[in-house]
Amino acid sequence: MDEPLERRAVISGAAQSDIGRRLHRSGLDLTIEAALRAIDDAGLTVDDIDGLSTYPGSGGPFGGASGAELHDALRLSLNWRDGGLETSGQLGAVHKAVLAVGAGLARHVLVFRTVVEGSGGPVRASAAGGGMPPAFRYLIPYGAASAANWIACYANRHMHDYGTTREQLGAVAINARNHAASNPKAIYTEPMTMEDYLEARPVSEPFGLYDCDVPCDGSTAVVVSHRDHAGDAPEVPIQVNALGTAHRGRPSWDQFDDLTTMGMRDSAASLWERTELTPEDVDTAQLYDGFSWLTLAWIEAMGFCQRGEGGPFVEDGTRIAHGGALPLNTWGGQLSGGRLHGFGFLHEAVMQLRGQAHLQVEDAEVAVVGAGGGPECGALLLTRGLT
Amino acid sequence: MTGTPTRVVDPGPEDGFYWTSGADGHLRIAGCNDCERLHHPPAPVCPYCHGRGLEPKVVSGQGTVAAFTINHQPFMPGFDPPYAFGFVEIDEDPTIRLGTNIVGCELDAIRVGMAVEVTFEEYGDYFVPLFKPTGST
Repeated sequence: MDEPLERRAVISGAAQSDIGRRLHRSGLDLTIEAALRAIDDAGLTVDDIDGLSTYPGSGGPFGGASGAELHDALRLSLNWRDGGLETSGQLGAVHKAVLAVGAGLARHVLVFRTVVEGSGGPVRASAAGGGMPPAFRYLIPYGAASAANWIACYANRHMHDYGTTREQLGAVAINARNHAASNPKAIYTEPMTMEDYLEARPVSEPFGLYDCDVPCDGSTAVVVSHRDHAGDAPEVPIQVNALGTAHRGRPSWDQFDDLTTMGMRDSAASLWERTELTPEDVDTAQLYDGFSWLTLAWIEAMGFCQRGEGGPFVEDGTRIAHGGALPLNTWGGQLSGGRLHGFGFLHEAVMQLRGQAHLQVEDAEVAVVGAGGGPECGALLLTRGLT
Repeated sequence: MTGTPTRVVDPGPEDGFYWTSGADGHLRIAGCNDCERLHHPPAPVCPYCHGRGLEPKVVSGQGTVAAFTINHQPFMPGFDPPYAFGFVEIDEDPTIRLGTNIVGCELDAIRVGMAVEVTFEEYGDYFVPLFKPTGST
């Protein structure tokens, strides 16, 4: 096949703002901090940025800042700008930046996701009704106001069909906690035992408190540049090897055709269709854990094990630990690192491939990132250096 | 769930009938007059034959629990936990899955694959479809 367009793009810069539970700073303030750090990290100045991309743009969940706000605050002069919720999950903002660079619409695209969750929470629906998004019309009337409820149904069905256990979900949460201890920006860093995990208060069965990620405030920014920039950049280029963008099932929390997987089934399948690399080539996986079970679904979707075998795959924790065969969520994931809404995984993948991670995987050359749950997911395959 | 919860029902332009159908004791699902197939949620086109002649069709109200959760977190004011939320696949077409509360039994008796039937909770102008174990009172 022709070389996929995405290989014209590299991630030349990556950075985060301060991250914390309640920083009492505005989303725009955090965004500017991450953006300026990422631009500097790429060896660029603000004037070099000619593209801007964000998820979800104005009006999306979990606060943050809009593209227009950052555009104006930095007085950017842009050849291309995009922001929106209806895309391949949170990483859709990166996918679109990569395509814009590949198509020559922009040369250096700043991409960001900012969360300000001090006042976050479940879907807000007024008792008077009015304007409920169609996706929620058969969920909210039944008191299912949170993604915790919807995803719990899938997790429960996975347990029913495949024998997945709470202890296996717990292995994902404990792995994240163990890794978070090395991350100075992580929210939860105290050690957690299986007993701690199992005894936490129930949220929506089978999920307890530690199956749910921890809300935080923070911003992550990356710079997506044309590969021609790589020679001028201070850091080793991280090339985009493949995008996972497919949505082949129904775009619905309640009508998706398979209750034991979600949109990641299609993100991952389409990712592997665009590359000669295989799951065996992956040195570290950064897979979404907004809820613990989502990581199992991502592991299966990515082909690291057969469908239904995600539980046994993670069970004793050694395979997914730093030092194991598939080091997973080495920054602590959203379960312990904080809900940076997909972009924490991306940042960690870049740091691992550069050799700059806090918990470095030896000789990491290929990293896969998967973000999202429910019907909207997306994936990226990244490699160290240019091919 | 203690007593009647505060339900936020907010039909769109196509699915008002779903929330009032229970007035005569029958559940209705959108169906196509051309190919006769059902679809959900109601849309102004048949997703199979793209027919535009659509009307609500009475179904048996029998179904199967496909997935569920017991919610313990007070996510919504007026909706007291614990309660069961789940997806029920209807007998006429198991690709049609209805979000609902499972009622009429102990929460720990609910199982994937359990046979259930519709029951309606009158709530303001609406008859909210809920499901209970088949044959239970």
